[in-house]
Amino acid sequence: MTKAECHKLVLDIISDIAPDEDLSNVKPDVRLRDQLQLDSMDFLDIVMELRKRHGIEVPEADYMKLANLDSCAEYLIPKFAAQGK
Amino acid sequence: MRAPLPRIVITGLGLTAPNGKSLAEFRANLLAGVARISEIDVRYMGRYPAGVCSFDPLRYQKKKDVRVGTRAGSIGVYCAREALADSGIAVDALVKDRTGVFIGITEHGNVETENEIFNISKYNYDTKFWTHYHNPRTVANNPAGEVSLHLGSTGPAYTLGAACAAGNVGLIHATQMLRLGEVDLAICGGVSESIQTFGIFAGFKSQNALGSHPTDINRSSRPFDKSRNGIVISEGGCLYTLERLDDALARGAKIYAEISGYCINSDATDYVLPNPVRQAECVRKAIAHAGLAPSDIHLVNTHATATPMGDIQECESIRAVFGADCPNTYINNTKGYIGHCMGAAGALELAGNLPSFTDLTVHPTINVTELDPQCDLPGLVINQPKKIERLDTILNNSFGMLGINSTLIVKRFVA
Repeated sequence: MTKAECHKLVLDIISDIAPDEDLSNVKPDVRLRDQLQLDSMDFLDIVMELRKRHGIEVPEADYMKLANLDSCAEYLIPKFAAQGK
Repeated sequence: MRAPLPRIVITGLGLTAPNGKSLAEFRANLLAGVARISEIDVRYMGRYPAGVCSFDPLRYQKKKDVRVGTRAGSIGVYCAREALADSGIAVDALVKDRTGVFIGITEHGNVETENEIFNISKYNYDTKFWTHYHNPRTVANNPAGEVSLHLGSTGPAYTLGAACAAGNVGLIHATQMLRLGEVDLAICGGVSESIQTFGIFAGFKSQNALGSHPTDINRSSRPFDKSRNGIVISEGGCLYTLERLDDALARGAKIYAEISGYCINSDATDYVLPNPVRQAECVRKAIAHAGLAPSDIHLVNTHATATPMGDIQECESIRAVFGADCPNTYINNTKGYIGHCMGAAGALELAGNLPSFTDLTVHPTINVTELDPQCDLPGLVINQPKKIERLDTILNNSFGMLGINSTLIVKRFVA
């Protein structure tokens, strides 16, 4: 999985949980919460959707690693790689 | 000597019913005899008649709020916003901490719980897939809480669980809170999302109490008809703005009607079966509370849900109160058009009759092909609207399981 593919995967999830948001110009190195209307329940949704759609578990201690798109990619790409993706 | 209680008036209303998402549309369909019952897929059960509303939740809510919240919450928000608009009160002008939200519900949480169990069934019932929104969606105050969140109102906001008497109970409780001075504006009534829970359908089916018709789905709900065979479950909502008369006059509000009297009592006899003696007692007490006599009531809206026994028992209670000495009392029923909107029923059915103060017309009880002789009440208006000379009072009955009865009387506003 490439970094761009991982960004898209996360943005696809966000488009479902925050359907009113414009995701066309999300900056990958800026905290998602600083550029989108996302609260703590929404982050739990991201975690839930990673679990449901991709079988990826994100323990609570790692939630901070989902802060922005780049950190998501850095954290998730090895997990997908471990799944052979 | 006790000071007279403040007079309480209805200054706005918003509604969504299966056959109308505004009072004008709803009333036009009630006068034209237009029922609107759909056939829906009920999980695990198949296709059944139900009343489905067509309002657009996105008229007032964001997509995210619709996704995170509940159908009852969306119905509540729609009705609250419509009621405020109708009353001429801008959301921005609300005195937030003096606004109360009091919403009657038959039940809440069945839909969301069933959905989650269905969801985790796809994951071998592993509860780590259970949504973190389950608790805010299923707490009993959810529909009122969603209205409060949407409006930013910070006064009391909660639901009143009163089975199918709930719509009236919402209005009655609001009246009491206004008279106590706890709030200055009450947004009140009832909502229901019950068509989305298979449990309600399955429960009524196990009671042999689900209504149907062999050829015409719009005749599935037919109170007082000899061939009636049960309830059509519907969703819907109706919320009112209630204010103390002085406040309403001070801001030049339009006034639909004045709260005249009410009663809530309990059968204390059975989980399901109504008790006509206690129902009659409830109606009598409401009339006495209004300082009226039975012959002063010009229109009675019955609760009758089209179950074979329940309709007869309500007719028994109405006969006991009104007898043959009330020649100016007319009787109707709304469920033939929209089915049983559960927690919203009482509030919606009152709304459908409020325009009678203006047009002096009683909307008919429809779908009566052969009137059950045991439901042949004097003054019952069936199949065609009836013009009458005088209509100053409406008595609205709503009854529910575990023997809760509610009667609300409103009267023409006279300064």
